[in-house]
Amino acid sequence: MTQPQTEPTANQTGAEPIIIARDVEKWYDNNFHVLKGVSMTVTKGEVVVVMGPSGSGKSTFIRTFNALEPYQKGTIEIDGIQLSHDLKNIDAIRREVGMVFQQFNLFPHLTVLQNVTLAPIWVRRWSKSKAEEVAMQLLDRVGILSQANKFPGQLSGGQQQRVAIARALAMQPKVMLFDEPTSALDPEMVREVLDVMRTLAGSGMTMVCVTHEVGFAREVADRVVLMADGMLVEDSKPDEFFTNPKSDRTKKFLSQILH
Amino acid sequence: MTTATPPSSAPPLNQIGAAAWAKKNLFSSVSNTILTIVSGLVLIWVVLTLLIWGFTQADWRVIPANFRLLMVGRYPINLIWRVWLALGLIVVAAGLSWGVLARNSRLFDRRGLIVLGIGAAALVIVLALLSDPISIAISLGLLALLVGLAFVGQQVGKVVPTFGNWLPLVWLVAFVIGYSLIRGFLIGRPVKGDDLGGLLLTLLTASVSIVLSFPFGILLALGRRSDLPVIRLLSTIYIEVIRGLPLITILFASQFLVPLVLPPYIRTDRLIRAVVGLTMFSAAYLAENVRGGLQAVPRGQAEASKALGMNPLLTTGLIVMPQALKAVIPTMVGQFISLFKDTSLLTIIGFTELLGIGQTILANPQFLGRNVEMYTFIGLIYFLCCYAMSIASQRLERQLNSSGTPTVAPAATIDP
Repeated sequence: MTQPQTEPTANQTGAEPIIIARDVEKWYDNNFHVLKGVSMTVTKGEVVVVMGPSGSGKSTFIRTFNALEPYQKGTIEIDGIQLSHDLKNIDAIRREVGMVFQQFNLFPHLTVLQNVTLAPIWVRRWSKSKAEEVAMQLLDRVGILSQANKFPGQLSGGQQQRVAIARALAMQPKVMLFDEPTSALDPEMVREVLDVMRTLAGSGMTMVCVTHEVGFAREVADRVVLMADGMLVEDSKPDEFFTNPKSDRTKKFLSQILH
Repeated sequence: MTTATPPSSAPPLNQIGAAAWAKKNLFSSVSNTILTIVSGLVLIWVVLTLLIWGFTQADWRVIPANFRLLMVGRYPINLIWRVWLALGLIVVAAGLSWGVLARNSRLFDRRGLIVLGIGAAALVIVLALLSDPISIAISLGLLALLVGLAFVGQQVGKVVPTFGNWLPLVWLVAFVIGYSLIRGFLIGRPVKGDDLGGLLLTLLTASVSIVLSFPFGILLALGRRSDLPVIRLLSTIYIEVIRGLPLITILFASQFLVPLVLPPYIRTDRLIRAVVGLTMFSAAYLAENVRGGLQAVPRGQAEASKALGMNPLLTTGLIVMPQALKAVIPTMVGQFISLFKDTSLLTIIGFTELLGIGQTILANPQFLGRNVEMYTFIGLIYFLCCYAMSIASQRLERQLNSSGTPTVAPAATIDP
């Protein structure tokens, strides 16, 4: 438990907000009301863990941050850019927001190195040598350097997810979103991915993580929020969240996951 | 991952002799034995009949007497070097591709070497019977060039791994220059479409329609999946209408309907109209194949690409389409093979491609009644071309698989 504390009270000291979501509402095509007015503010350098039962809309919620999910009402602002339906704004936001998926979603026809350098070369317009230099540093950081020229299919799940983190970081995003990054992993590989995320949090990256990893949430998160039925029902510091939650819904949820 | 591997022992060897193999596969039960004997007898009878006919009754003189017609039609004899040169360009592209694709393996396995040996020997014998010494010399030279360039390509591919990315361009350049050479577009005297014939015309129409229908089919597939309703509707209508028409009606329309509809001062070459018809037909089917491939790419791939800030064009071009095309190589090649065979329909609308020139020759009183010999020969050429395409596609598929997603992923290694 020696991870560096990065401004533990950032949200209360009035630090600069980087994600501002106000009253976000979304209906699926079949009229299912999945987000019922969710508001959340994340400040720079903060690590927020989003928990909740499945179907509560937590993945959908963070996927609205980079416009992978459209929403119908409310506003989302990332780093001062209003997320509207303007394509330019969407591209601008996606450049600043990195995302890590449950199923890794590495590009199977490209090598690990190409996976990491692709977007910097084509979107940031970096030279190939610069992109590769940055990619090698990142792959070193996540401990995959020796596998740089392999294809994703040749790596274990944990290694693939670490490559996916490096790929997202290569765009030098200001915010990182994690959508259940360890849920598809074999148990013995969860740790290597969480270690990378822990280091990343220590380096001051703003992170929003949907995860069921209680240990990670307790140790790394600045805030833990609970979503249930498309609403945000709890928003507390980790200690408070796990030991003395405000909402009954949280108590029920914790009793279910902590056995 | 620290599993102590127990000392591994080799699996028990299944040494099966020829007799044991036959017993297991051919004579395992009474009914199997009966089937084996009956089908064996039928096979022997068919082969014997054919051989006896081929060596005693058949009169093969019709083939060597018309070999040049069958190959190049009425192509001017003093310009025939253009055809050889174009063939040489294609051989260069093929040899380089072969070498680069095989850069991490051997050019020939033992089977490939045997096939090549038999092929070369057969080529010499067949050409010796059918053609003049100069053509034989050039053919063997081209074969040597093919193998030589394969070695060159292999070496270059090892040193410059990105060389493979340039291959499609090499093919396109070879193709365009070769076509212009044969038609005399850029240099010298142009060759009229009516002078093209035989295998040359078959290969030209097939390859031009294959090359043109490829981008067209991809665009149609994307159009059918587009978010824009008008484009989606138009693509869908095009695909469904074309797929609902027999190719022969499209070809007839291209020959007789199009000139009626077009204003009289626009005169189009009837060969070009036929090729356009083949292309339109092929593109509709290709579009459906590509669409199948696009649907096979998981949604997460496009999402991951978008999340990295890549716009729809980059996402499609760099992430989704390469995976989709790779998935449908076998179906696509199958379709190209059938398009190649479909060019024989051009006979019906009056072109003297391979089948058409065969019929023209048979109409000559001198060769009356030599139908079986002629059609056997033509069938053999079609088979050889299609089989070559099939082999090439299998090889391409294997190479792409070994460099892309491996079928057997090696066990996870321990990171330092």
